[in-house]
Amino acid sequence: MNSTKMTWQGAAQIVDIKKAIFWGPWYVAEQRLRNMSKWLVSLISFGLGNPILFLFAIGLGVGSLVDANAGGKAIDGVGYLAFLAPALLAGAAIQAAMDETSFPTLQGFLWEKNFFAMNATHLTPNSIVIGVLIASLIRAALTTLLYEIVLILFSAITWASVLPLFVSAMLAAGAFGAAMLATASKVVDDDGFFAIVGRFVIAPMMLFSGTYFPIASLPIYLQPIGWISPVWHATNLGRVLSYGLPIEPWLFAIHIGYLLSMFVGGSLIAGRIFAKRLDS
Amino acid sequence: MAEAMIKAVGLTKKFEEFVAVDGINFEVKKGEAFGLLGPNGAGKSTTMRMISATSQRTAGDLHILGKDPNQKGPEIRAHLGVVPQSDNLDRELKVWENLFIYGRYFGLSRAFLKKKVDELLAFAQLEEKRDAKTDSLSGGMKRRLTIARALVSEPEILLLDEPTTGLDPQARHVLWDRLFRLKEQGVTLVITTHYMDEAEQLCDRLIVMDKGRIMAEGSPAELIKQYSSKEVLEVRFGSTKNAEAAQNISGLGDRVEVLPDRILIYTEDGEKVLKQIVKLGFEPVTSLVRRSSLEDVFLRLTGRQLVD
Ligand SMILES: Nc1ncnc2c1ncn2[C@@H]1O[C@H](COP(=O)(O)OP(=O)(O)O)[C@@H](O)[C@H]1O
Ligand SMILES: [Mg+2]
Repeated sequence: MNSTKMTWQGAAQIVDIKKAIFWGPWYVAEQRLRNMSKWLVSLISFGLGNPILFLFAIGLGVGSLVDANAGGKAIDGVGYLAFLAPALLAGAAIQAAMDETSFPTLQGFLWEKNFFAMNATHLTPNSIVIGVLIASLIRAALTTLLYEIVLILFSAITWASVLPLFVSAMLAAGAFGAAMLATASKVVDDDGFFAIVGRFVIAPMMLFSGTYFPIASLPIYLQPIGWISPVWHATNLGRVLSYGLPIEPWLFAIHIGYLLSMFVGGSLIAGRIFAKRLDS
Repeated sequence: MAEAMIKAVGLTKKFEEFVAVDGINFEVKKGEAFGLLGPNGAGKSTTMRMISATSQRTAGDLHILGKDPNQKGPEIRAHLGVVPQSDNLDRELKVWENLFIYGRYFGLSRAFLKKKVDELLAFAQLEEKRDAKTDSLSGGMKRRLTIARALVSEPEILLLDEPTTGLDPQARHVLWDRLFRLKEQGVTLVITTHYMDEAEQLCDRLIVMDKGRIMAEGSPAELIKQYSSKEVLEVRFGSTKNAEAAQNISGLGDRVEVLPDRILIYTEDGEKVLKQIVKLGFEPVTSLVRRSSLEDVFLRLTGRQLVD
């Protein structure tokens, strides 16, 4: 036993409540990032490994086949890899954002219940929601950048398209991250819920959203899946931004509006569910 | 008169139709160690969650630090330290990181926290576990870490929901010692427990709760004086003879309680009553004279035992 007396000024002295409330979401993000940092090596290895494998297999394998048949201007007048890159980036960013909004939410409500610990401070349900989203977007940004490095190394994209592609991928990440956060905050016990989402929602969405081939080559009755799919909106936006795929201004606005409203709507719904669940 | 840190009037919480907390009144003063004693399901945790401004009351008035939690939740919570009934630590993080991150929630600077974390690790006797993954700690260590975490913002009120449940006796005594020190620092403590010894050790004043209601209120000594006798004689006659013996000695002492395995006789002089019992021709298998405790108060008030 030691008999050291603690220094003690009291919360009234040391806690600046206005500052603490204003920065609350960022403090939540700090907690998430610190959790993530435990996996940093894996995050970076997967972040680099995935695109490398994918580009070798699909991009170069399938791509050279496609390009060989179409003389290097396979789709939209560009090579297959350039066509594919926006979809791959959006897909990777979406996956990263969903990883960081799904499991952390189960962790926060069920496994570790640390959302309840946050909620016991001045932090509010909304600051927790925003904080988790900030962290998930940081993770998505890291993943997207790593992917872009690989794409540059494979000469799949140009330097000029790095920033536009980053923007479209992040819009996709935000939209899906917020939607997943709202969905995951409803889960009361994890009965393979995410496996179901992955298999029956995400996988078909990737297939019918113009990821690997233009949506116009689908039979007309399957095309609506693409139209409602946020993946298509993100991918098409990426194509417009990266290699200047011609687009009507109204459709351009719809792409951005669609993704932004999914982000805002998902966040608002998540905020309400969080508030309900944390008021115990 | 010391200012009221917490004031509840007619405080009520319903879950659907079920009334978990049924219109209770109490006041906690600055620097006091205030207890909520009651069996499982009494409504202690529900009351605690309302006090911690994380659960909306169904009815009644509640003021914490002079503010209504319905209006000033975040401002109130910024001045509280909360130790929930079950630990909700960041298990993937290291021990020191739990303290650090929690301090960051309050916007405390890294420089301040560097010092504070060391102080709290010493306080919780976890210096050697500083870099251990939190998941690997024993139950007692996790509990101490949760308490240390609640102190990082130097709260004015520390709320502890069953701080020592599930701990071995030694770990409990270590914790009690830490809580005494906090009291010496002037921190107001609110403690729920279903252990009468814990309530007796730690609390200046307490309310005895059952089924969402307050059964009695006072200091441990006052409650014992009011609801029990000075001494208690516990006798066992073996399961077959208990009932018969009980009938014959029911007139002895101030009051007799027949429990399934033993008989309690409340009296000012236990040894004297024991002699009378033997004189009546009943030789107990075992007998014990002890001082009255809050357990006896609870039994008197509700006809039930606190821990079964
Ligand atoms: N979220 C809840 N929903 C429904 N019933 C609840 C909820 N929380 C507590 N209760 C009920 O309220 C009563 C009091 O519970 P609690 O406050 O946890 O008691 P204690 O902490 O004294 O053991 C119990 O009967 C419990 O089942
Ligand atoms: Mg409880």
